[in-house]
Amino acid sequence: MFDFNLFLSALFGWPLAKGAMLTMVLSVLVMGVSLMLGMAFGSAAGSKNKLLRFFIGAYVWLFRGAPALLILLFVWNGLPQISPIFRAGWFTPFFAAFLALTLIQIAYLSEILRSAFNAVGKGQKEGAAALGLHNWQTFLLITLPQALRIAMPALVNEFISLLKATSLATVISLKELMTITQFAIATSFRFLEWYGAALVYYMAMVSVMTILQSRIERALSKGHR
Amino acid sequence: MIESFPSSDAQLPSAVELSDVNKSYGTFHVLHDVSLTVGQGERVVICGPSGSGKSTLIRCINRLETHQSGRIIVNSVELSDDSSKIDHVRRDVGMVFQHFNLFPHLTVLQNCTLAQRWVRKRPQSEAVDIAMAYLERVRIPEKAHRYPGELSGGQQQRVAIARALCMTPGIMLFDEPTSALDPEMVKEVLDTMVGLAEDGMTMICVTHEMGFARQVASEVVFMDDGRIIEKGAPDTLFGSPSHERTKRFLRNLLH
Ligand SMILES: Nc1ncnc2c1ncn2[C@@H]1O[C@H](COP(=O)(O)OP(=O)(O)OP(=O)(O)O)[C@@H](O)[C@H]1O
Ligand SMILES: [Mg+2]
Repeated sequence: MFDFNLFLSALFGWPLAKGAMLTMVLSVLVMGVSLMLGMAFGSAAGSKNKLLRFFIGAYVWLFRGAPALLILLFVWNGLPQISPIFRAGWFTPFFAAFLALTLIQIAYLSEILRSAFNAVGKGQKEGAAALGLHNWQTFLLITLPQALRIAMPALVNEFISLLKATSLATVISLKELMTITQFAIATSFRFLEWYGAALVYYMAMVSVMTILQSRIERALSKGHR
Repeated sequence: MIESFPSSDAQLPSAVELSDVNKSYGTFHVLHDVSLTVGQGERVVICGPSGSGKSTLIRCINRLETHQSGRIIVNSVELSDDSSKIDHVRRDVGMVFQHFNLFPHLTVLQNCTLAQRWVRKRPQSEAVDIAMAYLERVRIPEKAHRYPGELSGGQQQRVAIARALCMTPGIMLFDEPTSALDPEMVKEVLDTMVGLAEDGMTMICVTHEMGFARQVASEVVFMDDGRIIEKGAPDTLFGSPSHERTKRFLRNLLH
């Protein structure tokens, strides 16, 4: 019933490995870019500028509210209808998935980081200012490291959700892990073996993240008991 | 390693000069026409009831708060929105907070070297030497590689003093440095401050430690409702205050 040899060759075969790599690369790129922009958004959400705060609030409202699938399809099918720029060769499924997921991820990360920045006490900024540190130095050296420690579990959660959300890109035929799995099933009709192999890949990636998380948390929690 | 502090000298301009300073939080008027002159090497103690504006006053001196009118001149530099003036003043003024405000993610030594590196641009080895010298001075060098969270309150406050001294300020501000401490730790912090005073540091301290004020203060200032009600030598102000509000405050303090 369960062809163990097929399962093994699916697991160690090139197609799934390549799909998993693509999933991983896409997730890391999306996470990296949205972490940067999420920091900017998250700290701007606490700014005195009302217009800026309104813009960020509206952005978060939109991209947290809209279903990921809708945004993905909108970017892939809708943008080319808006402008011929998006009909050019560089606008690949990979790029569309990257764009759509980054837009969504920024919304979630900026919320997490906003509250983490707020959780770093006012006294920290005052202590730094009294020593003559400038705002950007205070942000990089004092606020950010403490905020990242606070936000780390939530950020890793978001990364794990993202890793799985990349499978939605199967609807725009990005050749990530799930798409490859379904291709293979369409020709072989072997569900158990291929789903099983794909599951192993996802679990392996998530496990690596969990191990990394505890390492990073330990490094960042120095001095905190 | 520890430089000597400027000694008092009639020729030198005042360390801190406030004239007719007014400050509001929104519509709430906190400081009313506050004027105060602190000479080089003087030690001024500010006391007064909670909410009277003591913290606000000393926080205006290093521009943690902005004032709306009047002048604040620190070592001949007048504070304004000009950020280079603010930088200049903050180089000259160290501050110690009620709740220490140490950086919990950095070791004691890193707390003491960070601003030396980034603000004073001192090389790491020099910054470490200076930090160790001041940690020794506050008698806590053995904790250099600990994190603030591993220290007692009194030890943390002494580190905070060392951290400020590492920037070799000419003026030190203290905002109730002992009021968050358990009674048995108050003395170790006060002793450190007395030592600083004896070395001629210009100090402005918000504190209700009368013993300390009597021992080191050149002047005691009593504030209420955002105004300076009276000031004078510690023995005069504590012994025979001239205002009813001061008397009432001192009576409450003793009980
Ligand atoms: N950021 C702020 N916004 C609005 N009002 C403030 C702010 N900080 C202080 N105040 C108010 O200003 C007044 C003076 O406050 P301040 O902290 O200077 O008093 P204080 O004399 O230091 O009191 P305490 O002995 O309790 O520390 C208080 O009524 C306080 O509520
Ligand atoms: Mg106060």
